[in-house]
Amino acid sequence: MSQPYSAPPEGHVSHSRLERVLRSGRFAITAELNPPDSADPADVYEAARPLGEVADAINATDASGANCHMSSIGISALLTRAGYSPVYQISCRDRNRIAIQGDVLGAAAMGVSNVLCLTGDGVGVGDQPGAKPVFDFDSLSLLRTIKTMRDERKFLSGRTIKNPPQLFLGAAENPCIPPYDWRPERLAKKVEAGAEYIQTNYIYDVPLFEKFMARVRDLGLDKKVYILAGVGPLASARAARWMRSNVPGIHVPDAVIDRMEKAEKPGQEGKKICVELIQQMREIAGVSGVHVMAYRKEHEVSEIIRESGVLASRKR
Amino acid sequence: MYRIRLFAIRHSRSFEWIYKRLERAMIALDPLLGKIGYDRVERPVAFVEKCVKTVLFDCKMCGQCVLSSTGMSCPMNCPKQLRNGPCGGVRPGGFCEVKPDMKCVWALAWDGASRMKGGAQIHTVLPPVERNLEGSSSWLRVSREKAAHLREAREKRRTAIADAFPDARANEPSAAPLAEEPAQAVKGSK
Ligand code: SF4
Repeated sequence: MSQPYSAPPEGHVSHSRLERVLRSGRFAITAELNPPDSADPADVYEAARPLGEVADAINATDASGANCHMSSIGISALLTRAGYSPVYQISCRDRNRIAIQGDVLGAAAMGVSNVLCLTGDGVGVGDQPGAKPVFDFDSLSLLRTIKTMRDERKFLSGRTIKNPPQLFLGAAENPCIPPYDWRPERLAKKVEAGAEYIQTNYIYDVPLFEKFMARVRDLGLDKKVYILAGVGPLASARAARWMRSNVPGIHVPDAVIDRMEKAEKPGQEGKKICVELIQQMREIAGVSGVHVMAYRKEHEVSEIIRESGVLASRKR
Repeated sequence: MYRIRLFAIRHSRSFEWIYKRLERAMIALDPLLGKIGYDRVERPVAFVEKCVKTVLFDCKMCGQCVLSSTGMSCPMNCPKQLRNGPCGGVRPGGFCEVKPDMKCVWALAWDGASRMKGGAQIHTVLPPVERNLEGSSSWLRVSREKAAHLREAREKRRTAIADAFPDARANEPSAAPLAEEPAQAVKGSK
């Protein structure tokens, strides 16, 4: 692992492998790790192993869906120790500006070189709906704050940071939910705030995503930010329906659910749909990679990526 | 009230016009307010502001009003109090993730902004709310800030001189002054 305080390579903001892959024009792959409900590092490493085989970076989620699990900073620290490159996800739901700015320095000190700034789902959908929602920052003011810490070497208070955190800055976008017309504009705003790469939410509606991407290209955003399209295998028609109505911000078209319903082996079909999606994403101009979110199915990720063939064209 | 708030957003353009007028009046009043003392007018003005804006916009008196950059849709009504656009959880039909019976504040904001002359302001990246300003008057803050801005612009030339002659500024500051000048000291100023 490179020393955190050596200068990043020319034209780069960090030592991130993800940044290097994207800037060199190769198709990038990131994958989400499902955080364990456990304090045993072995549980993290077990989940990371199959992802590490194919992914340029592994996302450590921050209590996504407002459900409590091992923290993203803990997972990120474990991953860097084992030589993996994590994406440290920060949600604005649970911590205020004092905690977050401190954690950003802590994460960078532990060798984290990618962050993903998220608003976060409301506490109401999670396992502890009585919790106090914080939302001191939103994802954009958070992006701008970390950018300021990195580039201006300052906290929001104006106090100087001796050695700035060298972080590749990411944000999320959700192209397939309303207000559709404004999603690309919002993306532009995220770029303005400091986003250098984007990981989208699950995309199952390719025509809708293509429309989004057309507008993104019109705005010239594909030249300013790397976009990784979010994909993932569905487990069954029932699970897909449940997700659609219970997890905020997930859109699964009826056609996809139908296809799952008719399949003899829904698990296989879900994987096949995912492989096809990756191949389709690859053909869309302005898409720089995919972000695979396989809920409780980490072991399938490397197979899905290999079957999609996206790595074949890439020297690793 | 929700219904009146929706009405205000539907008529965002008219409210934008009214707000511009109000802003100009407040800036013109700056010298007077300064003389009376902003401290003394703070409570009564904040009270009036609260009454008016609560009715019209469901205002929460965050003290840092940004209605002109949010299509006249008050972002403090977003359960996540986002200041820069909708979250990723907006429901089909544009309803809120957290309060499913309410239209997403930010879906409304983009809609309101599309009817406003200065609607493009919605692209401005806004900082987080300073919670210690909650309850204070935004109107007075706007008048102070805009007046300060005008003063700054007027004094830009002087600042440039001070920057260009740093030694003079350090050793002989009155040769490259920066402190505010009383009107009587400057020829030709009103
Ligand atoms: S759906 Fe809209 S109003 Fe509701 S929390 Fe998200 S941004 Fe705020």
